[in-house]
Amino acid sequence: MSRAITNILLVGVGGQGILLASEILSETFMLAGFDVKKSEIHGMSQRGGSVVSHVRYGSEVFSPIVPEGEGDILFGFEMLETCRYLSLLKKGGSVIANDLCIPPPAVLSGKEQYPEGLAESIKSRFPDFLLVDGLKLANEAGNPRTANTVLLGAVSKRLDIPEEYWLKAIEKLVPPKAFAVNTKAFLAGRNL
Amino acid sequence: MKEILSGNEAIARGAFEAGVKVASAYPGTPSTEILENIIRYKEIDASWAPNEKVSLDIGIGASFGGGRAIVAMKHVGVNVAADPLFTLSYTGVNGGLVLVTADDPEMHSSQNEQDNRNYAKFVKVPMLEPADSQECKDFTRLAFEISEKYDTPVMLRTTTRISHSKSIVELGEPVQGLPEPKLVRNAAKLVMLPGNARVRHPLVEERIKKLGEYGVSLDINRMEMRGNEIGIITSGVPYQYVREILPDASTLKLGMIYPLPIRLIKDFASRVKKLFVVEELDPFIEEQVRAAGITVVGKDLLPICGELTPGRIREAFAKAGIVGAIHESPLQMENLPGRPPNMCPGCPHRGVFYALNQLKAYVTGDIGCYTLGFMPPLSAMDTCICMGASIGNAIGVVKVVAEEEKKKVVAVIGDSTFLHTGINGLMDMVYNNVPATVIILDNRITAMTGRQENPASGFTLMDNPASRIDIPDLCRAMGVRNVRTIDPYDLAATKNAIQVEMNRPEPSVIITDRPCVLVKREGVFKKGPVLSVSEEKCTGCRTCLKIGCPALVWKPVEGKKGKASIDYLLCTGCDVCRQLCKFEAIERNK
Repeated sequence: MSRAITNILLVGVGGQGILLASEILSETFMLAGFDVKKSEIHGMSQRGGSVVSHVRYGSEVFSPIVPEGEGDILFGFEMLETCRYLSLLKKGGSVIANDLCIPPPAVLSGKEQYPEGLAESIKSRFPDFLLVDGLKLANEAGNPRTANTVLLGAVSKRLDIPEEYWLKAIEKLVPPKAFAVNTKAFLAGRNL
Repeated sequence: MKEILSGNEAIARGAFEAGVKVASAYPGTPSTEILENIIRYKEIDASWAPNEKVSLDIGIGASFGGGRAIVAMKHVGVNVAADPLFTLSYTGVNGGLVLVTADDPEMHSSQNEQDNRNYAKFVKVPMLEPADSQECKDFTRLAFEISEKYDTPVMLRTTTRISHSKSIVELGEPVQGLPEPKLVRNAAKLVMLPGNARVRHPLVEERIKKLGEYGVSLDINRMEMRGNEIGIITSGVPYQYVREILPDASTLKLGMIYPLPIRLIKDFASRVKKLFVVEELDPFIEEQVRAAGITVVGKDLLPICGELTPGRIREAFAKAGIVGAIHESPLQMENLPGRPPNMCPGCPHRGVFYALNQLKAYVTGDIGCYTLGFMPPLSAMDTCICMGASIGNAIGVVKVVAEEEKKKVVAVIGDSTFLHTGINGLMDMVYNNVPATVIILDNRITAMTGRQENPASGFTLMDNPASRIDIPDLCRAMGVRNVRTIDPYDLAATKNAIQVEMNRPEPSVIITDRPCVLVKREGVFKKGPVLSVSEEKCTGCRTCLKIGCPALVWKPVEGKKGKASIDYLLCTGCDVCRQLCKFEAIERNK
């Protein structure tokens, strides 16, 4: 490995399932034998607010939060939130985002507009940008609720971790009934 | 065995390994998950208390009875528990007692960012501060040993970044051979009348001196020499940031942050050319180091407000010319719409705040999800101080303003907050006959912290059925003559009830009886028929948007007035928006 620590940021809207995705990432890295830390804020922001979770792994990790401007991968669950946290990424970092727009309160009430052309703006700043239609692929996998797992699959491809650890972590953290469909969704994202 | 645990999960594990018998807490971010995880260990009697003082009182009783006890609370919760805490310092313990204070620098979910390290000095008890989840577990165990060895309660201080961060923890085996709890009388030690307390106070002073000496050789106070140019005294999560940003600096990592091991600090200071303290919030360590006659730089360099981050530490040390500047990111996108938290679709609080806004009430608020009633477009909250403050605040306002303005004053408080400390305010209101109106938003759960049970919810932390306090009966029993229960989904009735009670020159209480939409227990929250907007009938008047429901979406139309629409996936069928529409454009779907 060229760098000691890999920094991943998961961003989106409270209630989107960011916590579970970051749990699966952390579990995978631990299974693969790395030191892992992750950090997020619970509480007030969960009520539909903007959420960011930090996951870091390597031989020895100190800070549980990613130092500003040192993120390697931004894993976005929603377009506006993906854009909000771009500054946490290093230059040349990767962005993998779900093609989903959830309007914030000021847009819902018509006071502001949901910005247009976000995908192009991201692409111009971060050439390694993958826009994923999570919902479509999740439906193809058999359950619209596995969109996050599709995205996780896409993220997994950017990381040098054997597939078996990802699947083991998913098995541990999703309900047994949902394991098969989540595996399918994960592989759909991984094979994009 | 290794597991990835949050700081809170690790403290719960540590309590189990330490042989804790009793755990008590009132939920509060970022401490809540300690008790929620302790219930995994069936050996521990764990319960929610109505407030933090009661939880500490219970912990004290368990300790006096000879069992180990842990109580957990957020930083401001310690203010509520402060009364027994100060005297507990005098009595000491029987079984070990650990109080976890979970501080919230940056106020991610709090009304202030008080630095509870000051309590350790004020109360004269030792305080440990872990820097990751492994230390959360290990320090919890150690805290019990120190508590019993030195006959003192021990405070364990975390911050949000420790409580809610996860890292790998090597689990241990539970301790064996702890004495069985039993009644032992020792009145001279436990009855704090002046005569007895005067005997205890000198022992407290002696104890803290001994603990300071103990800290010098204690292995959790660790000197890590990496060179003699720069030395940094630090503890908690800032230690991790320092290791990240200043990897070559020598560190004195303190695990016990009160009392400080002054001899060790002097030794460390003598080994480095330039000494710094990196600590969040107050210059707590810095001032004591300076008082010991040691030259040190701290808050002259680092911010006193907010949490530290790797970036903020880098910025400070870059200014001092010690590290390179922060990576500039020209990649930030500007002017993005914000995304503040919002009440959920179908939240029973929404209609009440809409009515309060319409009635131009002066609303003294309280702590809970309903504090979001402050946010536009509801914009119906004028004060919010602390748990339970709303009713007393309303009484005070009524006492001073002109007769006509008195009618405007309404206190708004949730069920759990009312039972926490609001109830005392209501006693005053009845006792002193103050003509204010109190609205108790009874959603049958402690919602903001993540849906915890409370004495009015009918269930315990362990999920056992419990006697449910009847809030209307309680208010009547306290002597409130005007008590009424309303359905907050009925907008006209809600507004009318509030108006009538505001105008009444007597104390009155209105209780709303719709449950939180997030309550998972079957049969509590029932979804109604989902609503939709008829495009034909919608005139684009935007009235329905005034309630700020996330399910109501404004659809702009090119060159014309836009129209409202409803996200059927988010709509819970509460029906509030339908009642607002003058054009009957919002319809119930069967």
